[in-house]
Amino acid sequence: MAKEMKFEEMMKKLEDVVGDLESGEMPLEESLKKYEDGVKLLKLCRKRLDETKRKVELLVKKGGKLTSEKFEE
Amino acid sequence: MVKDGKYIYKVSELTSSIKVILEDSFSNVWVEGEISNFKSHTSGHFYFTLKDDRSELKVTFFKRYNENIKFEIKDGMYAVCFGKVSVYEKRGQYQFNATRMEAKGIGALQLAFEQLKEKLFKEGLFDESRKRPIPTLPGSIGIVTSPTGAAIRDMLHVLGKRFSNFHVIINPAKVQGEGAGEEIASAIQDFNVLNNVDVIIVGRGGGSLEDLWAFNEEIVARAIFNSKIPVISAVGHEIDWMISDFVADLRAPTPSVAAERVIAKKSELIDRLDNIEEKLKAIPSEIVMEYEQRLDDIEEGLLLRFKHYIQLKEGSFKLVFEKLEILSPLAILGRGYSISFKLPEMSIVKDVKKLKSGDLLETRVSKGIVKSRVEEISGG
Repeated sequence: MAKEMKFEEMMKKLEDVVGDLESGEMPLEESLKKYEDGVKLLKLCRKRLDETKRKVELLVKKGGKLTSEKFEE
Repeated sequence: MVKDGKYIYKVSELTSSIKVILEDSFSNVWVEGEISNFKSHTSGHFYFTLKDDRSELKVTFFKRYNENIKFEIKDGMYAVCFGKVSVYEKRGQYQFNATRMEAKGIGALQLAFEQLKEKLFKEGLFDESRKRPIPTLPGSIGIVTSPTGAAIRDMLHVLGKRFSNFHVIINPAKVQGEGAGEEIASAIQDFNVLNNVDVIIVGRGGGSLEDLWAFNEEIVARAIFNSKIPVISAVGHEIDWMISDFVADLRAPTPSVAAERVIAKKSELIDRLDNIEEKLKAIPSEIVMEYEQRLDDIEEGLLLRFKHYIQLKEGSFKLVFEKLEILSPLAILGRGYSISFKLPEMSIVKDVKKLKSGDLLETRVSKGIVKSRVEEISGG
């Protein structure tokens, strides 16, 4: 799961962006860049909330190797 | 006392004889049984009954002997006591005065728990500083438990209620009986090798202390400690404290609570995002307002400078004008001077050497022009 930024990290980054922008201590270009970053992150977060699919797997040892199969609830 | 050929004891006499026989015969003995009616008196003395399926024995365990006992004595525990039988003559009762006690069965487990807890604590396995935060929306959740137990059903149920979409990977393990500790430990290691989850929940539903025992084993504690992925320990009920609870990054009192803790409510996350969005949306107008204000400031500054510039220039214009005024030939003529031009080329006459008699001159005075002819030249 290391490949993607974790939701918590995105939220933290988003909150940092808002904090930076609110402090108003940035040149205009940088503010606009940050603002765009913020909007993108916000969209990503919302997408992440919607996209995860319910999936329950069971790890099974087959010939000394672990494979996952669907867990029958 | 002998009466009618019969020896008749007095009560105290008989009791005294019994005392001698009992106390002499049972002065250094071991006796084992289950503890019941345990009472710890404020004096520090312990009173309880040791029993088995057929008999009961009253036991006193005085403070000076019980002070060194590390485990908590509880009803239901099996114990082996060393001591002597004593007879309380006044009541005609006998009891066992214990001077040592060793736990057996549950007691021994409890003892092992205390000992392992102390050892791991000293090694730093419970240090708060090593506890890692639990993600609020993990990409995937690893669960080490029995796939057929109540715990997994409870957890999936709670997860579903909080967040309809989630990803769970169950690594099945025996959670009680022989070899359970090893299975739990290796399941935790599996997740670390596969590195396919963001958090691991290790647990099972409620049961007796023996049922839960695997979670008190050192091998489980070390597997949790060595896990690179944060671990939540969720064993039994609120009152059950396991070694795994102390080592884990988070102790959940029950498996259901672990499920609640591992995934934030979707509605709460949406609220948080809404809040951020509101703030974010307010920002462009804030930036614009700020820049407007800065522009206003600049404008004001420019105006001021321009005004200053004009004033400065006005001053120098005046000076130039004044200078021009002074230099104007008309002004000089006004003071009585005149200027002469040689005709017809209209060259200003500055040197008499350039003139000869008879040349025509035009002379300007302050008011009017005079035409004249040169009569005589002198000087030069």
